[in-house]
Amino acid sequence: MIEVKNLYKSFDEKEVLKNISTVFEDGKTNLIIGQSGSGKTVLMKNLVGLLEPTSGQVLYDGRDFINMTKHEKIMMRREMGMIFQSAALFDSLTVLENVMFPLDMFSNMTLRERIHRAQECLDRVNLKGADDKFPGEISGGMQKRVAIARAIALNPKYLFCDEPNSGLDPKTSLVIDELLQSITREFNMTTIINTHDMNSVMGIGENIIFIYEGTKEWQGVSSQVMGSSNKRLTDFIFASDLLKNMRQMVIDNGLKL
Amino acid sequence: MFLKQYVKEMAQLGVDSIGIVLLISFFIGAVICIQMKINIESPWMPRWVAGYTTREIMLLEFSSSIMCLILAGKVGSNIASEIGTMRVTQQIDALDIMGVNSACYLILPKIVGLLTIMPFLVIFSSAMGIVGAYATSYIGHIMPPDDLTLGLQHAFIPWFVWMSIIKSLFFAFIITSVPAYFGYTVEGGSVNVGKASTDAVVSSSALILCSDVFLTQLLS
Repeated sequence: MIEVKNLYKSFDEKEVLKNISTVFEDGKTNLIIGQSGSGKTVLMKNLVGLLEPTSGQVLYDGRDFINMTKHEKIMMRREMGMIFQSAALFDSLTVLENVMFPLDMFSNMTLRERIHRAQECLDRVNLKGADDKFPGEISGGMQKRVAIARAIALNPKYLFCDEPNSGLDPKTSLVIDELLQSITREFNMTTIINTHDMNSVMGIGENIIFIYEGTKEWQGVSSQVMGSSNKRLTDFIFASDLLKNMRQMVIDNGLKL
Repeated sequence: MFLKQYVKEMAQLGVDSIGIVLLISFFIGAVICIQMKINIESPWMPRWVAGYTTREIMLLEFSSSIMCLILAGKVGSNIASEIGTMRVTQQIDALDIMGVNSACYLILPKIVGLLTIMPFLVIFSSAMGIVGAYATSYIGHIMPPDDLTLGLQHAFIPWFVWMSIIKSLFFAFIITSVPAYFGYTVEGGSVNVGKASTDAVVSSSALILCSDVFLTQLLS
């Protein structure tokens, strides 16, 4: 479980995160949603320690991450996996070497065991026959799957995904979402996903936090999203004309969202 | 893992530079020999002068300082753009998240790798310069090969070889660390990576020239 308490983050005079307090639960896909520039990525970077908050606390199972020593943070990070918006695969390594990388760095496995484990992870994300390919030779969806395989190679307790569906078609996005959800359940991880993809929100949102201009505006589950009375949330959800019209039709016909 | 990176960097930064080092050294050695023969030749000068000055220039300045300036362009821009691209595509963030000391993992093998291979590059460069000088003698018939040999052997001070190597080690450190710093601290996108790469080459070249003055004074 990850607990965030009164988190503030400013860049010079600009306050990007304002008093964020929330809990990300174990074994659930926790979604952070919001418009571009609302502070989702900054919040995630604060959670993983890529940015230092101005004030507040981030507790990993009760352990205060922000006040940890450098060494403690490094040890803590070995319990984390992260999937970046751009996949962030190492260009100079093949797909298999990318997945093996954390194992090479931090495990005592033999080479044969490391290869076996890496292939196991690639199988888990349904990626076969791409072992010897370089990241530049595979599609965006495959790159994301390799990133997931690399992130789970060391069985992390916490999985962070920064817009995992960005740049992917709806069908591939769905595959990635399902994969993230099943991995979360299988390994009982605390998974946090930054997204503004409404399919993800409705499909895998077990705990959703809506950020608006740096503040936590709303928190709930996917079944509550549609019926929410929060104006900013509904404006965000029903941003497209198609959804707006559908919603109006439902309301006009006296149906319940 | 460090050993693997170290060997890879030695190959990428050092071994891959041998070709250009040999090529440039050959022609510079030849040109210096021709210039010395044409411009210093005089009935008052001993016949070994051209060979002697060619050797001293190659050994004292070209093979260490000028060659490192050339390498600052080739290797420096390579390092700055490689690390800079890794920074803007979040590959360095990925390393940090994994708990890997990204600076140590990416930069240290480059520094140690080039430091290891640099003495060999200096020796190859000096040797190739002399081959270039002989080429002007045998092929261009600029001067008799015996005169050249006499000059190359005249008043040879072995310390100059060590001086050249010691200087090149300082320059190797500059060539790797300065561009690595520029690449590692880059922010933004591809334009900034390009700018960092240019700045890295300019800064490391200026630093090589400045330190050359001090090192020459210190070691002479």
